Amino acid sequence: MTVIDNLSLYLQQDFVRYALIAGVLISLCAALLGVPLVLKRFSFIGDGLSHVAFGAMAVAAVTGISNEMFIVMPVTVIAAVILLATGRNAKLKGDASLAVISVAALGIGYLIMNVFSVSGNVSGDVCTGLFGSLSHLTLSKTDVIICVGVSLAVILIFVLFYNRIFAVTFDETFALATGTKAKFYNLLIAVVTAVVIVLAMNLVGSLLISALIVFPALSAMRVFRSFRQVVICSAIISVVCSFTGSIISLVASTPIGATIVVLDLLVFILFAVIGRKG
Amino acid sequence: MAQLICEDVTLGYEGIAVTENLNFSVSSGDYLCIVGENGAGKSTLIKALLGLLEPMKGKISTGEGLRSDEIGYLPQQTVIQRDFPASVREIVFSGLSGKNGFRPFYSKELKVHAKKQMEKMGISHLEKRCYRELSGGQQQRVLLARALCATGKMLLLDEPVGGLDPKAKEEMYELIAKLNKEDKITVIMVSHDISAAVKYASHILHLGHTPLFFGTKQEYMQSDTGKYFTSFPGGESL
Repeated sequence: MTVIDNLSLYLQQDFVRYALIAGVLISLCAALLGVPLVLKRFSFIGDGLSHVAFGAMAVAAVTGISNEMFIVMPVTVIAAVILLATGRNAKLKGDASLAVISVAALGIGYLIMNVFSVSGNVSGDVCTGLFGSLSHLTLSKTDVIICVGVSLAVILIFVLFYNRIFAVTFDETFALATGTKAKFYNLLIAVVTAVVIVLAMNLVGSLLISALIVFPALSAMRVFRSFRQVVICSAIISVVCSFTGSIISLVASTPIGATIVVLDLLVFILFAVIGRKG
Repeated sequence: MAQLICEDVTLGYEGIAVTENLNFSVSSGDYLCIVGENGAGKSTLIKALLGLLEPMKGKISTGEGLRSDEIGYLPQQTVIQRDFPASVREIVFSGLSGKNGFRPFYSKELKVHAKKQMEKMGISHLEKRCYRELSGGQQQRVLLARALCATGKMLLLDEPVGGLDPKAKEEMYELIAKLNKEDKITVIMVSHDISAAVKYASHILHLGHTPLFFGTKQEYMQSDTGKYFTSFPGGESL
């Protein structure tokens, strides 16, 4: 059986196609949010929040709740709000509080998974949580519907508030002084980021989510010189890498998250070289 | 009635006062220059005037139909902006965002308004260029055009010539003076360049020295503070 036959066999299955669609949409959202996050020097917020999501998932798994999202989502959103609200003038400065929250959540999560384990394969669960699904995505139909719905909402929010997100990202003080509610938009970005991160956990796992957020934006910034170009290019890079990575992982049976991240890295290197020459 | 009035204002952070008992007012068409050494409280005063910092004591009020979010602001450059990928057009248009209400995209009239401001600043030909690749003087013109998009009434300029070469500095001062004279825009400029303050401003507020000085330029030149600070070599005659 050739690779193509193998692939078309996979793609005939509904769950594979749905997972592919969900993965590409989530990557697109992560890339859109990545642009303002990188420019605001918040790259690591994605990392911190994904660790929080991991911790929350461990707790959810132990409680035996039917859908883990009900615990993971609110906890991560609250963490995002706390990080952003206290970021500027708290006793613990932004990056320090982020470090504290992220390692604490990771540690607690792993501890809980070990001590109160309900499944026989703890290290397998932990590995999936940290690095994403081993091969192709295994999503239930509900998961896919949630992913697609939320992704479309995120894209809509980004388009509707595009001008204001730009104004607040470029110069928060000016925006605030001339009547744009900068705090609200910061909060909006943080909450939406938290939501996307929780969804992206299934795809790439919590350790690799930052890659989906920062790589496309950074790659685009090597080559393009306007905000709009950077946003569009970063979205395209992310979609292409996510789609190609998913296909490769199907064919070659590689871990999907790591495959996508490596592709993103390769694109980044390519764009860095182009940017230096151009 | 004046456009901006400070009555007995004391400013500071976490209970520690930086400047105390500020009393001054700005009328439509004035050109007020706020001078003073580093640490005299100039940046703190700017934040308060923009409504980003509550005074510890006293009151800052606006009048003559000026709302507190109608003060166009020209900030000092931030670290973020030095490698920000943005075109001149995107930055100038962002000055409109407070005016745009709940509409997600800028209306046609606002876009025309923004283009006029770019023309006025002589940067129309740079519209598609990347902001971070422009010269210091050009960047300041872009930010000035953005401030003009936000308001046509009052500009608050924080060290507008900082880091510019002498020629660009002179052009910037002339541009600001022109906005003040021809477009009747009230100007509040923070600077530590006293010679330029004396040359262009109509009023001067000198922070950091007790008693604080506030008055017209002529009064400043007669005052002890004014005499002392303009007597430096190269002081008045720039």
